[in-house]
Amino acid sequence: MIEAREALEPRPDDVEPLADTPPEEVQQAQAERLLQAWKTPTGWRYWSAVNNSEVGLWYTGMTFFFLLFGGVLALLMRIQLARPNNDFLSAETYNQAFTVHGSVMMFLFAIPVFEAIAVMFLPQMLGARDLPFPRLSAFGFWCFLLGGVFLSGSILFDAAPRGGWFMYPPLTSGYQPGIGADMWLLGFSFIEIAAIAAAVEMIVGALKTRPPGMRVNLIPLYVWYVLVAAAMILFAFPPLIAGSLLLEVERAFGWPFFDPGGGGDPLLWQHLFWLFGHPEVYIIFLPSVALIAMIVPTFARRPIVGYSWIVLAAVGTGFISFGLWVHHMFTTGLPGISLGLFSAASEAVAIPTGVQIFCFIATLAAGRVVRSVPMLFAFGSLVIFVLGGLTGVMVAVAPFDFQAHDTFFVVGHFHYVLIGGALFPIFAGCYYFFPLINGKNLSEKLGKIGFWLTFTGFNIAFLPMHVTGLRGMPRRVFTYPAGIGLDALNLTTTIGAFILAFGVAVIFWDLIRPKKNQPYSQRNPWKAGTLEWLQEMPGKPWGIRSIPEIDSRYPLWEQANLERDVDEGRYYLPDAEELKRETIVTSVIDAQPEQCLRLPGPSFITMVAAVALGGFFILGTFHWWWPALASLVLATGVIVYWLWTGTAIIPEKDEKDVGLGLKLPIYVSGPQSVGWWAMFITMLAVLTAYICLVFGYFFFWTVRPDFIPRPTPGPGVFWPAIAAALLLSAWGLTLLARRWNARDWSTGFYGALLVAVALAAAGGVALLAGPWVTGLNPTRHVYPATVWLLIIWTVFLVMVGIIMQFYCVARRLAGRMTSRYDIDIWVVALYWHFCALMVVITVAVVAGFPLVR
Amino acid sequence: MKETAEKRQSLWLLTASPVLWAAHFLLSYITASIWCAKVAHPNSSFASVRMAIVAYTVVALAGIAIIGWIGYRKHSYGAASLPHDDDTPEDRHRFLGFSTLLLSGLSAVAVIYAALVVVFFRNCY
Repeated sequence: MIEAREALEPRPDDVEPLADTPPEEVQQAQAERLLQAWKTPTGWRYWSAVNNSEVGLWYTGMTFFFLLFGGVLALLMRIQLARPNNDFLSAETYNQAFTVHGSVMMFLFAIPVFEAIAVMFLPQMLGARDLPFPRLSAFGFWCFLLGGVFLSGSILFDAAPRGGWFMYPPLTSGYQPGIGADMWLLGFSFIEIAAIAAAVEMIVGALKTRPPGMRVNLIPLYVWYVLVAAAMILFAFPPLIAGSLLLEVERAFGWPFFDPGGGGDPLLWQHLFWLFGHPEVYIIFLPSVALIAMIVPTFARRPIVGYSWIVLAAVGTGFISFGLWVHHMFTTGLPGISLGLFSAASEAVAIPTGVQIFCFIATLAAGRVVRSVPMLFAFGSLVIFVLGGLTGVMVAVAPFDFQAHDTFFVVGHFHYVLIGGALFPIFAGCYYFFPLINGKNLSEKLGKIGFWLTFTGFNIAFLPMHVTGLRGMPRRVFTYPAGIGLDALNLTTTIGAFILAFGVAVIFWDLIRPKKNQPYSQRNPWKAGTLEWLQEMPGKPWGIRSIPEIDSRYPLWEQANLERDVDEGRYYLPDAEELKRETIVTSVIDAQPEQCLRLPGPSFITMVAAVALGGFFILGTFHWWWPALASLVLATGVIVYWLWTGTAIIPEKDEKDVGLGLKLPIYVSGPQSVGWWAMFITMLAVLTAYICLVFGYFFFWTVRPDFIPRPTPGPGVFWPAIAAALLLSAWGLTLLARRWNARDWSTGFYGALLVAVALAAAGGVALLAGPWVTGLNPTRHVYPATVWLLIIWTVFLVMVGIIMQFYCVARRLAGRMTSRYDIDIWVVALYWHFCALMVVITVAVVAGFPLVR
Repeated sequence: MKETAEKRQSLWLLTASPVLWAAHFLLSYITASIWCAKVAHPNSSFASVRMAIVAYTVVALAGIAIIGWIGYRKHSYGAASLPHDDDTPEDRHRFLGFSTLLLSGLSAVAVIYAALVVVFFRNCY
C-alpha cells in the first residue's frame, strides 16, 4: 500500500473481520457456491445476463458506437463547411446531419454513457454484489438499444428529424410533414423512460446498498455526484416527456398547443424543452467530473482536499442548474426582469462549478503527482472546461448573448463545455478504469498519442469557432459566401476536426485492439485507495468475495489487511449457501445493515418487455395506432408476468446469517424496502411530468387573454366533483385494504379492494364525462385541448392503479402475498397516494380555477 | 436519544437552503411574469413587484440564515476539526453540519444575485 498513509487505529465499536483464516477447503467450497450463483450464462443465453458488469459493458459499448456515429456526422458537416459555397451535402441532408448529430451526442451518448459507467462501477465502489434492481438495468439497456438504433438508422433512409436537436415548433409542427419529428418525439420519450429507470436504480443503489459502515461522510465522491445527477434526472426529464406528449398530440391529432391560430403558443415548448435541456448539461457534466474526482486523489497520492466543498458543489449545482433554462431564450422577448433573474442564476452556478475545480487543483498541489495517461486527460479536461466555463459566463450576460445567440460563438462555447467537461473525463476514465473491465491495461503510448491528437485537434477546431461566430456566421446554415472573412477560419476548424477524429480513432483502437497475449494487469495497478480496486484481475462475476466493513474514505490505503480479509471471506456474505444471488442493504445515513436482499438472475423477460414497449413507440411513429395500442397491452402483460414471477418472492426462511454473528431479515416490507423507494422515486418523476402539464395550463392563462373563454364552456363542476369523490374513496379503500391485509382479515381486504376497483373505474368515467358532456372540442382551441389532456393523463394513471389493485387481489389469492409478506400492497398504496394527489390537482384546476380567476 | 444518533439525521437538511433559493427564485419569476402579462400598463408603477421581491428576499435570507446556523452548530459539535473523515457518528454529524453550512452560504449568494434585479429594473423591460 501507499507508504505515506498509516493504517487506522482500531476503534472499540468497529466490526472486525474473522480473526483466523477460514480453512482452505471451506474457502474453496464457498467460492464455488458463489460462482455457481453468479455464473454468467453462456452461448446464446449470454444475452439474458442481468449482472451489472455485463449490462454495463454492453451499455458503454453501445454509447461509444453512437459517439462514433455522431462524430462521423460531424465530420460530414465539417467537409461541407470547409470551403464556401460547397455542395458536398445538400441543405436538406445538412439539416438532418446537424439534428441527428446533436440528438445522438446528447441522448445516445452523453446521458447514457453516464448511466452505463455508473451501472458498471457503482456496485464495485460500494462493495455490493450488484445494484438493487439488476433486471431494471437490463431493461433500460434494451430500451436504449432499440430506440437508439431506430433513431440513428433513420438518417440512412433520408427520414431523419431535421428540426435541430431542440425541435422548435412551429417549424417541427406545421412545416415538417413526414415522420422525422415523430421519430424524435416518440423515440426519445422511449429512451427517457430508460434513463428514469436508471435513475431509480442509482438513487436506491447509492442510498441503500452501501457496504456496512460507509457513513455519508465516507462515501466515494463519485457516488455523491451520481446521486445528485440521478436525482436531477427525475426532475429534468419529465418536462421533456410532457413537452413531447404535447407536440406529438398536436402533430398527430391537431390539438393546437403550440399553434397561435388555435390559441396556443410555441414558446411553451421552449420553456419545457430547456427546463429539461439546461439541467441536462449538468447531468452530463457532474458524473464526468466525478471521474476526475476519483482519479485526482489516486495520482496525487493523498485524500481529496475539500471533500465537503465538493459535496457542496455537486448538490449546489444540482439545484441552481434548474434556474438557468431561460438563458437559452434571452432573445424571445420575455420581460427584462425575467431575463435578469435567469442571468443572475447563470452567473451564480459558476461558483459551485469553480469550487470543485479549485479542490482538484488544491489536491494536486498538496500531493506528489504521479504522471500517467488518465492524469493527462484530466489536465486536458480542466483546461478545456475552464475556457468553456469562461465563455459561459460571457453568454450568461444577456446583452452579450443578444449578439452571440445562434452564432458559431455558442457552438464553440458548448463544445468546450461538453468535450472538456464530459468527453475528456470519460477518456480519462477509460484509461483509468479499463483494467477493471477485462483485467488488462490500455497502452500508455497509444494513450499519450491519442491525448495530444485530441487535445490539439480539439483546440484547432473549436477555438477559431468563437471568432467565426463573432464575425456573424449563424449556426445550422449549410453554406456561406466566399470573401466575408470566414473562409480561413472554417477551413482551420475542419482541419482541427479531422485531427481530433484521428485522435479519437487512436483511443478507440487502443480500447478494442486484441489483448490476448498481453499479461493481466497487477491488482490495483494505480495504487488507488477506493474500494473498486479490490477487484481481482480479471474480475469475478460475484463482484466482491465478501462484503467488508468500511472505516475510511480510502479503505485500501487506511484499512490494514483489507484485501486479504475480503479475499479469504472473513467479512459479510462470504458464501451463497442457498445458491442465490444476494447483497446487503444498509441504512441511509450510517450504513447499518438492514436486510439481506435476494437479487434476480438472468432472464430474457427484460428484452421481451423492452421490445413490446418499444413496439408502442415505434408503431406510434408511423401513426399505426391500433397495432401500437396492442403492443402497449402486450407490454403491460409482459411486465405483469415479470413482476409476478420475479418480485416480492416469499423466502424459505425469515432470517439469514450473513457472517460475523449478524442475522438479517430476507424480506423487508413498507418504507424500509427498496421496492417502496423505487416506487416513490418513479412517482416523483411522474408527478413532475404532470406538474409540467399543469404549468402549461397556467402558462396559457398568463400569455393568452382568450384562454378560459367567457363564459367557460366546460368541463363544469358537477362531473369533476363526482369523480373526485369516487376516486378519493377508492384511494381510502386501498389504504384500508392494506391495513386489513396486515390484520389478516381477508374478507375485509378483498371487499375493500374490489369496491375500490369499482369506484376507481366509475371515477375515471365521471372525470371523462365532464368535458364530454359539455362538448369540449380539443382540436378547435387550446383551452379544451389542455383540459382534455389533464383529464386523460389522470384517467390513464387511474387505469394503471386499477391494474395494480387487481394484481394485489390475485397475489393474495395465489398465496404470493400474506399478512406478513405484504410488500405488494404497500407499493400499490404508495402509488395511490400520488394518484389521489393528481386527482385533487386536476379537479381543482379544470373545475375550480375557472371559478376563481 | 443522543444528538448524533442516526434516527435524528436526515439528508433532507442539506437540501433545505437550496430549496429556499428555488422557492425565492420561482416566486420572484412568477410574480414578475404574471404582473408583466396581466397587470402592467405603460405608465403603471412597478413598485409593488419590487417590494414583493424584496419581501421574498428578506424571508428567504432569514430562513437560510437559520439553517446555516443549525449547520454551524452541528459542524462545531465536540472538539474535532475538519476534514470530518473519521468513522464515528460525531464526525458524520459534523460533516452533515458543515455541508449544510456551505450550501446555505451558496444559497444566500444566489438569492442576493437574484434580488439584484430590483436594483436594475424599474419596469418590466
